[in-house]
Amino acid sequence: MQRLRRTMMFVPGNNPGMMADAYIYGPDSIMLDLEDSVTMAEKDTARLLVHNALKTIDYGDTEMVVRINPLNTPYGKKDIEAVVKAGVDVIRMPKTETAEEVIEVEREIEKVEKEIGCLGRTQIMAAIESALGVVNAYAIATASKRMMGIALGAEDYSANLKTQRTPEGSELLLARETIVVAARAAGIDALDTVYSNLNDMETFRNEVEAIKKLGFDGKSIINPRQIEVVNEVFAPKEKDIQKSLTILAAIKEAEKKGSGVIAVNGKMVDRPVVLRAQRTIDLAIASGILTKEDIQ
Amino acid sequence: MELKNAMAGTLESGDILIQIAPSDVDGLHIELDSTVAYQFGEQIKKVIINTLLELGITQANVKATDKGALDCTIKARVTAAAVRSTGVDVWA
Amino acid sequence: MNSIKDRAELIAAAAKKMGKEVFKDNLVKISTPRHELQKEAGKVVTLEEAIMKSGLKDGMTISFHHHFRGGDKVINMVVAKLAEMGFKNLHLASSSLIDVHKPLIDQIKNGVITKISTSGLRGELATAISHGLMEEPVVFRSHGSRGYAIAKGELHIDVAFLGASSSDPLGNAAGFSTSENAKSICGSLGYALPDAKYADCTIILTDDLVDYPNQLNAISEADVDYVVVVDSVGDSSKIASGAIRDTKNPRDILLAKKASKVIINSGYFEDGFSLQTGSGGASLAVTKYLRQAMIDKGIKARFALGGITSHMVKLHQEGLIDRLIDVQSFDKVAAESLLNDPMHKSVAANEYAAMLEPGSATHFLDVVILSALEVDVNFNVNVLVGSDGIIRGAIGGPPDTAADSALSVIVCPLLRGRIPCVVDEVTTLITPGSTVDVVVTEFGIAVNPNRPKLKERLEAAGIETVEITALRDRAKSIIGEAAPLPFGDKVVGIVMNRDGSVMDVIKNIAD
Repeated sequence: MQRLRRTMMFVPGNNPGMMADAYIYGPDSIMLDLEDSVTMAEKDTARLLVHNALKTIDYGDTEMVVRINPLNTPYGKKDIEAVVKAGVDVIRMPKTETAEEVIEVEREIEKVEKEIGCLGRTQIMAAIESALGVVNAYAIATASKRMMGIALGAEDYSANLKTQRTPEGSELLLARETIVVAARAAGIDALDTVYSNLNDMETFRNEVEAIKKLGFDGKSIINPRQIEVVNEVFAPKEKDIQKSLTILAAIKEAEKKGSGVIAVNGKMVDRPVVLRAQRTIDLAIASGILTKEDIQ
Repeated sequence: MELKNAMAGTLESGDILIQIAPSDVDGLHIELDSTVAYQFGEQIKKVIINTLLELGITQANVKATDKGALDCTIKARVTAAAVRSTGVDVWA
Repeated sequence: MNSIKDRAELIAAAAKKMGKEVFKDNLVKISTPRHELQKEAGKVVTLEEAIMKSGLKDGMTISFHHHFRGGDKVINMVVAKLAEMGFKNLHLASSSLIDVHKPLIDQIKNGVITKISTSGLRGELATAISHGLMEEPVVFRSHGSRGYAIAKGELHIDVAFLGASSSDPLGNAAGFSTSENAKSICGSLGYALPDAKYADCTIILTDDLVDYPNQLNAISEADVDYVVVVDSVGDSSKIASGAIRDTKNPRDILLAKKASKVIINSGYFEDGFSLQTGSGGASLAVTKYLRQAMIDKGIKARFALGGITSHMVKLHQEGLIDRLIDVQSFDKVAAESLLNDPMHKSVAANEYAAMLEPGSATHFLDVVILSALEVDVNFNVNVLVGSDGIIRGAIGGPPDTAADSALSVIVCPLLRGRIPCVVDEVTTLITPGSTVDVVVTEFGIAVNPNRPKLKERLEAAGIETVEITALRDRAKSIIGEAAPLPFGDKVVGIVMNRDGSVMDVIKNIAD
């Protein structure tokens, strides 16, 4: 089953209580932050906290991501060393503008991985937070075979555009579409930006519905309360589940017979349809609508 | 090893504040104030001492104010305070 | 002839046979207007006069209620007056004691109070007692057991000092006031009703003396000996303090959602069911999440019981809960609803949850959701003593409701900071595991093995369950093994079971 990334929950890297608790709310990924949520004076302590938390705390199947400081700061290299040594799943690069930056990060990761003998373990995702980053989205998405996704960081991006964020998000439309297209072209995931007003769950839900329609795999979130809403929006509808189950059953049948051509209800089923059906079923299982036994 | 006064951590729930100071007498002297002192006082002291010894610090006064931190947090805070105290980082 | 004179001999004979006097007409009619007359009623006296007239002596038992919770002013005021008057060796029997009662520490040191019976202890008073402040151990009872012990004379009360938000000069008293001078409101006086009825002398303290008759009264004049007017009986804004608060804590919300899922799929969530939520953020919040399911499935509850909250009142007003049976109003909205709504009634502690009282409301309770300080691998629950061995809670209603309900659900986090809540053995036994059905934590839901059908129903609904030992192991893997607590050899508390037997003792913590 392909990993789902409906929710990537931000947790400040200098808050041990929240770091220990984040897992219980069931986000698909947890992003421990060493960048914007940590003051310059506490970069060293947060790095050590994140390192020790990753090494010790049992996060189960949750994907562990760490947002590092950029390599052009005094912190970036040490961040990479600390989190790769602790076995992080994904390093998230902030404010990425060019493919070269990704390659640089990859080089640093490789150095540490070679030292500890686990070459190729760490994945990379890049947050795109500027006009230049959007223009280079595809190059960034394909800069390394370690790339697992690209994400939009809307606050910096809208400031860079000389505009402001609006509830309907028209200022972000081009960036969102570009990021989804680049991610799909590169065969990686696309993640949307955070929504920070916790008191307005309705606008949040509307935004999640909108970005799901655009093709995003999921959303960055800042509070456990947002998880349920995202999961509800991403949960597949009953009709789609039934259709997908029929398609997957037909494929199994065809494989058994050794038949190359698959048809359901007299219609040819091609690869994209199969992939979409598989994703629908994965989502249905993750949403608790189906169990793994149901699809045996 | 030459030590300066240094501290790391906070007094938030689930955290620990570590203060390291140079000492004239041999050994590590730990003064612990913890919300879970009865159940975990000895364990917390053990983590503090082991972390310092791993970093080569054998003589220091340590004041620890614990708000129910897990061992991994204690280790991180002690390491951070030690790095600040010695000026020698643990990262390349 | 048959005039009354002619019947005089027969009257005298009838009186003699009955052992009675013969009526003599020496009555004098009182002509004072009645609104003035009631002010002269002999019951209204000062606190000092009331105490003197009550017959209170050293060594006797005095009682109080804790309906004002953190805002209570009666206990400290009365005990200070008793100290000033030179009383010693008193037995203080309150329905509970909390942080605000820390001045009692001095009254214990002075020898004014030498014995305590209560449902709970919190704050500095609790810490001091845990460290061995008192010679006599504190006797702890559940709310139902306390009411029953008072009614049956096992806990005999000599003088009850009961705060009320209104009273008329005859002692008709209530936890609210309809007058324009109303100063306070606490709603139900459920825990005080057995005291009022069975104490040898009942003194009402009120901050709003109203004209006779104070209707909608909870306490009747027939049970009241004296009425004392004071500046304030309690700060109503502090009722929803301590264990009672509306939660924004994401962990409490997570626990509440999980618990409501359990209830909805338990088999007991059917039209006409009855419900109770205990104190604690997560258990109180369950109501919120059950509400939607009740609307979606067209299910209505016959009654909600116990501590009543604004959430419960809301469901009642929406028609989702028929009746509210209120032993303790947990917030101001609940207290006001009790005043205004005929389907919202208070209940006396001994009719609410006593084991041996056939009419106790808890006997007809389907589902109860309770919080806990600790649960152990045998499903035993502790709500009284912290994992550091220090008393920090109250027995309250949990042992009563867990035992009497059809389904008891405990909600507690696996860890509070570095404190484990699922352990090998609870520090103090309060609610026996045989009465606890489900334990809901953020790391998994455990069903008591003596409820196999319940477990089947939950799993059929897609709710994953775990062994309770797995929860304990998970806690240990995160925080490590806790060292044994430094208990001393002195018994500082005795825990009574609801059947009147002694269930456990609490030892002092040595430093």
